[in-house]
Amino acid sequence: MLPKVLALVSIGRHPQSGRERRAEQDGRAVEMGLCLQERQLMHLSVAHAGNADSSVLRQYAGMGLSKLSVLAQQANEDVLSPLIDYVEAQQASMVLMGVRSEMGQSSGMLPYLLAERLGWPLLPRVAEIQSIEEGVAQVLLALPRGQRRLVSVALPFVATLDNAAKAPRQTAFGPGQRADIEVINTTSIADEVAAQWQFTPAKPRPKRMKVVKAKTAADRFKAATAKPVGGGGKVLKNETVEEKAQAIFDFLLEEKVIR
Amino acid sequence: MIFDWLIPSLIATLLVLAAIGALRRVNFWRAGQAEKVDMWAGLLAMPKRYLHDLHHVVERDKYMSRTHVATGGGFVLAMVLVILVHLFDIQSRILAWMLLAALGMMFCGALFVFKRRLNPPSRLSKGPWMRLPKSLLTFAITFFVLTLPAAGILPESLSLSNIGLTLVSLVLALLVLLSLGEMLFGMTWGGPMKHAFAGALHLAFHRRPERFGGGRSTGLKPANLGGESHGVAKPEDFKWNQLLGFDACVQCGRCEAMCPAFAAGQPLNPKKLIQDMVVGLAGGTDEKYAGSPYPNVPVGKASGSPQEIITEGLVSADTLWSCTTCRACVEECPMMIEHVDAIVDMRRFLTLEKGDTPNKGAEVLENIIATDNPNGYAPGSRTHWAADQNLAVMKDVKKAEVLFWVSDGAFDMRSQRILRAFVKLLKAANVNVAILGDEERDSGDVARRLGDDATFQSLAKRNLATLAQYKFSTLVTTDPHAFHCLKNEYADFDQAGALKDVEVLHHTTFLNRLIEQGMLQVDRFKGGKVTYHDPCYLGRYNGEYDSPRALLSSLGIEVAEMERSGYRSRCCGGGGGAPITDIPGERRIADMRMEDVAATGAELVAVGCQQCTAMLEGVVEPRPQVRDIAEIMAEHLVEQLVEHTVEGAA
Ligand code: SF4
Ligand code: SF4
Repeated sequence: MLPKVLALVSIGRHPQSGRERRAEQDGRAVEMGLCLQERQLMHLSVAHAGNADSSVLRQYAGMGLSKLSVLAQQANEDVLSPLIDYVEAQQASMVLMGVRSEMGQSSGMLPYLLAERLGWPLLPRVAEIQSIEEGVAQVLLALPRGQRRLVSVALPFVATLDNAAKAPRQTAFGPGQRADIEVINTTSIADEVAAQWQFTPAKPRPKRMKVVKAKTAADRFKAATAKPVGGGGKVLKNETVEEKAQAIFDFLLEEKVIR
Repeated sequence: MIFDWLIPSLIATLLVLAAIGALRRVNFWRAGQAEKVDMWAGLLAMPKRYLHDLHHVVERDKYMSRTHVATGGGFVLAMVLVILVHLFDIQSRILAWMLLAALGMMFCGALFVFKRRLNPPSRLSKGPWMRLPKSLLTFAITFFVLTLPAAGILPESLSLSNIGLTLVSLVLALLVLLSLGEMLFGMTWGGPMKHAFAGALHLAFHRRPERFGGGRSTGLKPANLGGESHGVAKPEDFKWNQLLGFDACVQCGRCEAMCPAFAAGQPLNPKKLIQDMVVGLAGGTDEKYAGSPYPNVPVGKASGSPQEIITEGLVSADTLWSCTTCRACVEECPMMIEHVDAIVDMRRFLTLEKGDTPNKGAEVLENIIATDNPNGYAPGSRTHWAADQNLAVMKDVKKAEVLFWVSDGAFDMRSQRILRAFVKLLKAANVNVAILGDEERDSGDVARRLGDDATFQSLAKRNLATLAQYKFSTLVTTDPHAFHCLKNEYADFDQAGALKDVEVLHHTTFLNRLIEQGMLQVDRFKGGKVTYHDPCYLGRYNGEYDSPRALLSSLGIEVAEMERSGYRSRCCGGGGGAPITDIPGERRIADMRMEDVAATGAELVAVGCQQCTAMLEGVVEPRPQVRDIAEIMAEHLVEQLVEHTVEGAA
C-alpha cells in the first residue's frame, strides 16, 4: 500500500474580481499530490473544511479527482480539531496545503497549528518533492529570489506550497461535475477567540524603502537581484545560550517586533 | 447474341452488391448520435438543393460546373435507362435513343474530367480519383456500343463468326464490369463515386437545412451539459448526419486551397480532416489517402474506428487547435460539409473532458470564469476607457434607443481608439445611446471556440439576464465576434426574450444607415490607395459585405480589392482562439494577409474588427497602415455647426 498524501484546499478569491476561485497555492497542492500519485509514490486524497456547496470544489475536482471530501463547517467554526481528526483517521503521512488562505483570516497559522498538534515537522514553501525513498523525502524549498534549499525529511510531515511549485493543471468541466463530493459531518467547535475580534479593513502597510544609488543598468540589476548582505548582522557561535537569547531579544526590541 | 444473359446478369449482380454496400454504409452513419431530421421534406427538397444550392457553389468554378452537369446528369439519366433497356430488356427505340444521347452527354463531360486530370492542381486528390475519368469514358463508350443494336443502328446479329461474337461479348462484358463496377459497386463500397450516393443523402438530411435557398446558418449548436461525457471523443459521438456529411466529400480540395492554417504550414488541412473522419467512421487507416497531407505530418500512420478516441491515433490535437474557425472551408465546400462544427465538437471534448486546451488556453478560460474577461482585469475597470466620454449607462437610464455593446476591447488601449471613434460618430449623429458599463461581460466567443461551452452558456445566460432588464430597440457593437454571438448564438438561451425584438447590428451597418439617412456627414478621404479586409465573423458568418464598402465609398474611397475578398476573404489569423492556442506553423497567417494587402498597392487597409486590427498591426513595419472604418470616418467627420440640445441636462 502506498502511503497517503492529503491535500487540503480552501476557497480562493480572485484579486481583481473578488470572486471565488481555485486558490493558487492550494491548486498547487493538489497538482503536487496528483504528480506524486502519477509517479506511484503516494496515494492522493483531497479535503476541504467548509461549505460543500461551493462551485469552486468542482474546479478542484476537475483536475482529475474522482472524489473530494468536505468536512462540513460553518464560517465561524474552528477547523483545526476536525482536520486533525481527519488526518489521523485517513492515516495520511503527508499533508499539503497553501501557505495561507486567500479569504477569511488568512493568517497562515493553520499549517503551523496542524503540524504542532500532530507533532510533525513543517516544511514551509515547498517548490518540489524530488523523491521519496524508504520514507524519506528529498524536498526543494523555495527561498526568495529563486534560490532553493534541498532538505531531506522523513515522513510524516506537513508542507506548504510556494508559488514556485508547479502550476495547477487545467480543470475540466465534465469530470469536475461528475466527481463525488463526500460530506463528512464533524463536531462543530465555535471559534470563541475569533468571535471577540473586531475586524477592520486592511490598510496597505508602508514598505521599507531600499534606496538604490546605481548609475548603470547593470548595477540596478545587481541591486534588484543580489542577496541582501545584512551589514549589521552578528554571528554568535561560542557564546552561551543566555547570551544568544539576549542578542535575539535585543534585536526584536530594536526592530520593534516586541515592545 | 449468345451472351444475351451475361450483360443483364452483370448489371443485376452489381446492383445487388451496390445495395448491400449501401446498407453497410447506412449502418456506419447510424452508429452516430440521434438527431431529428425531417426526412421526407429533406428528400423532397433534395433535387432542388442539388440543382440550386450545391450548383451555386460549384458555379464558382465554371469549368467544373459545366463538366459536372454533363457528366453527372448524363450518368444518372443513362443509368436509369441502362436498367430499363439492358436489365429489363424493354424494347423501345425511343428509350434506346435517349440512352445514346445521355451517354453522349456523359462522354463529353467525362472528356473534360479527363482533361482536368491530365495535370491536376495540388488540391485535388490523386489515387483512385485519377482512374475515375477513364471509368466514366469506358462506361459511356461501352454502353454506347451495347445500345446500338437496340437503337436499330446495328443489326441484332452481326455477321461475325461464333468465336468472334463470343470474343466481342466477352470484351464488352469485361468493360461493363470495370466501368459499372466503379459506378455502382464503388458508389457504396467507398470508391470515388461514393460522393454521389452520400452527397445526395447529405443534401437531404443536412444538419443545417436553413443554409439552403440562400439562407445562412452559422451559429454553433449548443453542447449538452451534464452528461457522462462532453463533446465528440469518438466518431460515433458525432450526430449521424454529420457522419453522413463527411462521407459526401469529393476530395476536391477547395477547402484546402482556402484554409489559412494550411497555407501557413500549420498541421491542418480541412480536406484531410474530413477524410480522417471517414476513416474513423468506417474504421481503418489513412494509408490510401492520396491528397495533400497535414503540413509536415506524414500520411499513413493514422488509424481509428467508430469506438476509438479520435485524438489518440486518428487526428492530433494540434490539428484541431490550428483552426481559426474562419469558415472559408465551409463557404467553399461544394458538398456543404460543416468543418467548423466538427472541429469545435472535438475541441469540446478536449477542453471539457480532458482539460487540455493548449498554451494560454487554460489561463484565458480561468480568467474568463473568474473575471468575465480573458485577461483577468478587474471587472470594475471595464468602463474606465469611457471616463471622458460622457456616455449614458443603462443602469441609470434604463432605456435607450440604441445599446452600444462595447466588448472586451474596453480593456485594450488600441481597441479603445476604435470605441472612442465610434462614440464620436454616434454623438455627431445625435443617437440616443447607452452602454451596459460594468454590467457587460465577455460575450463568450473565445470560450465557445476553445470548446468551453459551459462557460459560454453561463456568460450568455448572465448577459441575457442583464439585457432583459433594459429597453432598447437596437444593439450595435464594433466587435464582429460579439456581434455573431449576440445575433446568432444567444437565441438558444434567450428564454426571456431579451433580444427577441432587438435588431443586432455591426457598427458598419449602423453607420451606413446614419450616412444614408443623412445624419452623418464625412469629408472626402485624401490619402492614398485603400483596401478593405473582410472580417470572417462579419462577412462569411453574417453576410455583411456591402455596408463597409458603402461607408468607404461615402468617403470617396474606391476600394482596391484584394484578390481574396468578400466571401473569399482570407482570415487575419485572429479567430477561434488561434492566437491563444498558438499552434506553430511555418508562417504567420497575419503576415500572409498583410502580403495580400500589400499586393494591391494600398497604403491603408480598412477593417471592421478590433481583433483584425490587432493581428494586422502585429505585422512588422514597413507595412500599410491599419484603421477601423469607424476611425477613418471619425477623422473625416464634418462637425455640424448647429448646437444639439442635450436632452435631460439639468
Ligand atoms: S475554418 Fe478556416 S482555418 Fe478552420 S479549417 Fe476551415 S478554412 Fe481552415
Ligand atoms: S470537404 Fe468539401 S471542399 Fe473539402 S475536399 Fe471535401 S468536398 Fe471538397
